[in-house]
This record gives sequence, structure tokens and C-alpha cells, in this order.
Amino acid sequence: MRAGKRFDGLAFVAPFVLLYLFLLIYPLLRGILISFRREDLFGGGHFVGLANYAELFGDPVFWQAVTNTLIVALLIVPPLTIIALLLALALNRATRGAAIFRGLFFSSSVLSVTIVTLIWRFVLAPDSGLVGEGLKAVGHEPLPFLSDAHLVLPALAMTTIWWSLGLPMMLFLAGLQQIPADMYEAAALDRASRWTTLWRITLPALRRTVLLVVMLQTAAQLQLFGQSQLLTAGGPGGASRTIVFFIYETAFVRWQLGYAAAGAETLFLMILMVTLIQYWAINRDREEAR
Amino acid sequence: MAGLLLRDIRKAFGTTSVLDGVTLDIGAREFVAFLGPSGSGKSTLLRIIAGLEGADSGEVILDDRRIDQLPPGERGVAMVFQAYALYPHMSVRDNMAFGLRNARLPSAEIETRIAEAARILEIEPLLDRKPGQLSGGQRQRVAIGRAIVKSPRLFLLDEPLSNLDAALRLRTRVELAQLRQRVDAAVIMVTHDQAEAMTLADRIVVINERRVQQVGHPMEIYTRPTNRFVARFVGSPAMTLVPAELIDGDGPARVRLGDGSEITTRIARAGLPPEGTLELGLRPESVRVKAAGEGDTQAIVDLVERLGERTLIYARLKDGTPVTAEDVGSSALAIGDTVGLAIDGGAAHLFGPDGTAFHASGAA
Repeated sequence: MRAGKRFDGLAFVAPFVLLYLFLLIYPLLRGILISFRREDLFGGGHFVGLANYAELFGDPVFWQAVTNTLIVALLIVPPLTIIALLLALALNRATRGAAIFRGLFFSSSVLSVTIVTLIWRFVLAPDSGLVGEGLKAVGHEPLPFLSDAHLVLPALAMTTIWWSLGLPMMLFLAGLQQIPADMYEAAALDRASRWTTLWRITLPALRRTVLLVVMLQTAAQLQLFGQSQLLTAGGPGGASRTIVFFIYETAFVRWQLGYAAAGAETLFLMILMVTLIQYWAINRDREEAR
Repeated sequence: MAGLLLRDIRKAFGTTSVLDGVTLDIGAREFVAFLGPSGSGKSTLLRIIAGLEGADSGEVILDDRRIDQLPPGERGVAMVFQAYALYPHMSVRDNMAFGLRNARLPSAEIETRIAEAARILEIEPLLDRKPGQLSGGQRQRVAIGRAIVKSPRLFLLDEPLSNLDAALRLRTRVELAQLRQRVDAAVIMVTHDQAEAMTLADRIVVINERRVQQVGHPMEIYTRPTNRFVARFVGSPAMTLVPAELIDGDGPARVRLGDGSEITTRIARAGLPPEGTLELGLRPESVRVKAAGEGDTQAIVDLVERLGERTLIYARLKDGTPVTAEDVGSSALAIGDTVGLAIDGGAAHLFGPDGTAFHASGAA
């Protein structure tokens, strides 16, 4: 009877567990396995141990991709967090205008990367683009954003910030609405100026949301791919090649599946580290608040 | 004149009026309770005094200074919020210091005040903890401490006991009573609990339906309620109201109840409305249980509530009118018993068709 019941329960979760095993766990393990093999996309291959990793860590192209990825994440995450926070602070009110602007700022997030890069290709075009025209208006030469090795990562960052603003803004708005109104009333009775209220009441209450946004965005931007591929195809001269783009090229252009898998596992470890740091920081924060 | 003066306060949210011309005068060291049911406007009135809500018209004057145009922090009032509203990421000490630092008090002065308040409230060991590490009762004390350190002219307490469990509520009630002896300020407490209001306040302001219904000392409110609402709202269990008919004659009013029994009151006939049905108001303690066949009238017991030192009897007169009566603690009555009721007409109240109350000894 009792064993039968246990079996009933299993039957209910089985569809999910099977899908999860098949779509997530199996590919994950298979990926690790492949990274230890020299394997071609179209069959064949043999076990090579850590040879793929050894080659990877000596590959200047991979290191360039890692550096590019870290730089672009650094160019995106802090400004994105601050801009989203400022927008949320400005739009956290119950007026119709605020609702319209919330919708507008969120709308870019629903676009696909294809549309986003299409728009930004126009915006960044040196001769007639919006940014170029803006620079001309202030008496500066238009800049070749997508063809200059020093400008291409900032250009990718700008595009990505514009695209990704919506979600962090919504997270901050949700965080703001969690702060009880009587906290602000107590602060008003405590003679707190608007500035003091922001620094001593609002921002401390949002600390965990800031942490969440930074970590989510870091994990997301370490996987930046579409913008790089569609805007510049990793160019010029690999200046905008990110890790995922490197993996893609290795696997599907050069057909070196094992080598690509080694890159993918390395990226997986990087993202896992970011996630663990977030987990640790949020837990520590919770302990302190107790 | 020292103290708080409210003059013709009006407030509406949209088209819904919540306060309709409230005028009130509170002494410099008086403890006043705003008592009323939910939605009566009592909390709104408190928030208007604090400056968290603006009145549509009227004046708020504290110690001869008009404060209704000032921001909340500059009014010389301190408030204890219902849910305490402690700053969760600040220590207890910082919670108490926050307002003083914003007022740019010297830090030595801030330290002295916090030490003094912590001593009074016995929260010294908690000063370096965060609110999340405190129990409900401790948070309550910190919230009071945060108000005390400001040395306000007026304390505003918004349902201060409602978030505490029953035992703690009684203890905190005693502590609040002791506390008010120590502070040189007026206190206004909003509550819907009449026992809290009766035990703590020097005067009670009964608020209902946007208006002040009655202002008076607790016993005055209890013994001489101005109208039907106050009579029913204050006192537990509530006053029994029995439809009654005035019997012609001289002297104090004499009324006939629905079951035909007649009660002589000590209420002057002169002021009573000439027509319309009256209601006889009886507190449980003025209706005593007798043996069946004795007393002024007979009733059937519906419910027996044993409170230990006394027993409350919920009964029905012969015509079905419900009456609450009191019996001794050792009462042996059971549901369905027939009992006699001795009604103390001298302690009875009469209410006119518009709810106006009439009391014994002639005064309205």
C-alpha cells in the first residue's frame, strides 16, 4: 500500500524528471564527456584526456575571447544596473505618465536580438547613424564604431544596455514596492531629507535586488553572442569575439566538437562561480539582517 | 494655551468624506484615546495631526503654534506606528538616533538621550541588534524608544497594542500607563479596543461616521453616553436596547416594554421626545437574575456565559426581545430555564428615535 503510494507519486513527476534528464542532465554530462575527446561534428573521435583543455589554455584566440567577454560584461553590468535603478526610482509612482514610460523602457526587451542589432546597425552607422549625427552636431568627427577595434566593445555594450534595460528596471520597481509605506512616513517624522531617505532607507532596502541584478546580468553577459555575431561577426580582427562566439566558431565552422566542448565547460565553470558568489552574498546578507 | 487644539478639521478622499468638522482640545499632559470602529476616521485624524495626511480645511495648533502647514518632522510630534515601522537594516541604536541626527543634535546629546530611553524601556541589551532579531514586544519598545528620544510635545500611538498577543498586550498596557507618568507630553492613542481606551486614557474621544460622537472621561462615557452609538460601542457586553413605550403620568418617566412589564426610571419626563418609540438602555449589571416568578419581568435563557466572578445570561423576554443580564459567578442556570429579571430602572437610559440619549437625574 505504502510502496504503491510512493510509486503513484513517482508517476506524477516522471514526465518532468524524464524531460529534465533528457534535455538537461544528459547533454550536460555528454558535454563534459565530449570535452575529453577529440571529436569531429560528423562522427568519429577518441579519448584524449585533458588535451583539449591544455590546448585551450594555450590558445591566444581563446584568451582574447575571454578578455573581450570580461571587458564587455564590465562595460555593460555597472551602467545597466545604475541606469535601471535610476529609471525605477523615477518611474515608481502611480501616475499614467509613469506607466507609459515603464512600458516604453521595457518594450526594447521584447525585441529579438536580430531586430535589436538591425536597429543598432543603423544607429551606429558612421555616415548617417544617430550617434554619428549626434557627434557631428557637437562638432566631432563621426566614429566608426563597428570597424574600430577599440570602439567595437563599447558599441556592443551600448546595444546590449539598450536591449536589456527592461528586466532590471522591473526588478528594481518590484523591490521598491516591497518597501512598506510606513517606513517612509517614519522617515518623514524623523526629519529625513529626500537625499537621506534615498541613501538610508531606499537603497539599503534594495541591496539584495542590486545584488541579484548584478549577478543575473553578469551571468547573462558572459554568454553574450547574438549581438557580436550579427553586428560584427566577431570582428574587426577578433576584437568583438566573445567566448560563446568562439565556441560557436570552433564547433560549427571548424567542426572541432571536443575542443568547443572544452571551451563551453570552462565558461560553465565561470558562470557557476558567479552564481555561487551571489548565493553566498545573499545568504550572508540574510544572516546579517536577522 | 498649551496642548493640542484641533479646529474644524475636514477631510475627504475623492468624494468620500472621512472627517466632517472635527474640533477638539487636548491638555498639555493629557492622555487621550481616539476610540471608534474601523473606518470611523480616527486613524486619518491621527495622521492629519502627524502631517502624514493633509486636511482639506481646519487648523492644527500645538502649544500655540499652528502646525498644519509644517512638514511632519518639524511639528514636535512623535509617532509609534501600528506595525512599528522600524528601519530593518539599522541597529536599535541607529533607529533611535536617526531622527536626532537628521535634526543635527550633537552626538553627545544623542548618546545621552538614547541611554536614558533605553534605561526607561529596559532595552539596553538590545541596542546593537537589528529589528529582525527582536520579538514583537521588544520591537514595540524600540518603536516607543524612537519616539521618546525626540522629546516631543505630543506622542501619537496608532493602535499600539494591536500587534501583540493577549498576555503581552496586558503587560504593555500597564507599561504604557507607567510610561505616560514619566513623559512631559500629551499622548493620543488610536484604538478600536474600548478596554484599552477605558484603562489608559484620561479622556476618550469616541469617533464614528466622520464625527466626534462624545468626548469625556472614561466613566462619563460609560455612564452617560450621549447617543445610541456610544452606548452600544462602549461597554462589554454591549448595552441591551429594548423597545419601550412611554406611559402617561407625572414624575420620572415610566415605560412599558414589549412583554407588557413596566419599568420606572429616574429620567425626567420633560426632555423626552413627545412621540415615537423609545428604547430602554440596560447595562448587564443593572439587570439581575431572580428566581422564576420574581422580579419585574420573566425571560427564557438563551445562552450562559460563565466568566468566573460573574455569569452573563443572554435571555429573551416573552415577546422575543433579547436582554443581557448578570448573575452570580456560581449561577446554576442552564439554557431553556425561565428566570425572573430585576431591572434597576434607576440606572436605565432612554434613547429617542434619533438615537439621542436621556439619563437619570434630569440631565440629557
